[in-house]
Amino acid sequence: MIRTAWLVAKKDLLIERRSRVLLWQVLPFGAMALLLSGLALGPAHAGTSSAGPGLFYLVMLFVALLMINRSYVIESTPGTRASVQTLGLDPAGVFLGKSLALCVELWLSGLVLLAGTVLVLHTGLHGALVALPSVLVTLAAMSAAGTLYGALTAGAQGAATLLPVLTLPAFAPLLVAGERSFSAALTHSGLWEWWLIVAVALVAYVGVGILLYGVLEES
Amino acid sequence: MIKQLSQRLLGPVTLLCLALTFWLGLWVTPPDRVQGNLVRLLYVHPAVAWVALYVSFGTATIASILYLWKRTRSFTMDRIAHCAMEVSVVFIVLTLITGSIWGRPTWGVWWAWDARLTSTAILGVLAVGYLALRRANDDSTLRARRSAVFAILSAINVPIIHFSVQWWKTLHQGATVFTSNRQLLVHGSMAWTLLLSFVGFTLLFFWLLRARYRLEVLRESTQQMMLDEALLLRQREGVM
Repeated sequence: MIRTAWLVAKKDLLIERRSRVLLWQVLPFGAMALLLSGLALGPAHAGTSSAGPGLFYLVMLFVALLMINRSYVIESTPGTRASVQTLGLDPAGVFLGKSLALCVELWLSGLVLLAGTVLVLHTGLHGALVALPSVLVTLAAMSAAGTLYGALTAGAQGAATLLPVLTLPAFAPLLVAGERSFSAALTHSGLWEWWLIVAVALVAYVGVGILLYGVLEES
Repeated sequence: MIKQLSQRLLGPVTLLCLALTFWLGLWVTPPDRVQGNLVRLLYVHPAVAWVALYVSFGTATIASILYLWKRTRSFTMDRIAHCAMEVSVVFIVLTLITGSIWGRPTWGVWWAWDARLTSTAILGVLAVGYLALRRANDDSTLRARRSAVFAILSAINVPIIHFSVQWWKTLHQGATVFTSNRQLLVHGSMAWTLLLSFVGFTLLFFWLLRARYRLEVLRESTQQMMLDEALLLRQREGVM
């Protein structure tokens, strides 16, 4: 399973490195969305508002949706799915590999956008660094959930529009917990309860993914 | 014989239970000491929520699990899950509407960012998402598998809704029918009316489910007939 996971993750990341979609399309979009969020707050409030963590996660949500969609689009070329199936790869390994690749992509985007939040929205650097581990765990949980929901919509009619409808309700608790733990890090208050929710969600989504991804692949 | 009788009686018994609930709730039971006549809405809202969250979503989830389990896999299970989820959407919307009507005079707002309200609304979106997912897949096997997985994933939200009033101390009140020691908090005619409303709305769910299931079977057979007819026409064209 681990070997398959590693192979799939390497393949997905290699495709991403060669296509540079993350670098030239998704990240500029994220940066633009972050800037627009600051503009929405207004120049007087953008630097003083406590909305930084919420806006960061909102932009990350858009980025995640794009990346999840992309993760399945790269396998939509005719014959790819069938040829992967004939390889007889362990579905649990495929799920872990795709989640891992998506997680790395979201972590990279998260780091860039976190720096953007500090720069544009004047979120405290120390607080952002304290919040970093919780951000990474939240994004890992989002990637596990996203991989599962991406597989549900892959190849369906209107997959790009269906994906947010299915994914957003699942992401809602993760975003709330992520935002609360980020805000708690900025105000130096307790953030362990929110950490726990995100960690439980990560374990739950990975567990469910390992169990059910095979069913989706079978179809 | 018994099955046929119970199927025939389901509709009239449901209507009788609901009519009795409305009669008892509107005319027989007394106004509440604190809420006054507003309490009469509570003979509808908790029962509708019970059907929305536990009975219909539960039926859809169990049918989905049974579909995914190879021993019990059949399109009957998929059909039951689909029909139950459709009925669930109706009951979730009714739950939110009745709760909102009660909330306006009680809390002063139609909607509050309360944990239970929000998580119930999320469940509604998930149920609609389930129906959207079904429409997006033409292949019946693919559709059945994907929607079964999605129903199971969505069911995680049900315990969150149930325990939300304990985990987060927000506006929606906690358990009001029983205490934590399983002692009844509602008495007399109010308790009987409440019980009857739960029975009535549960029966209504099964009645609607049965009707929707029969409609689905008819729709599928009509589709099959049309397909057969089209194939026959194509064959005749080939012969000519």
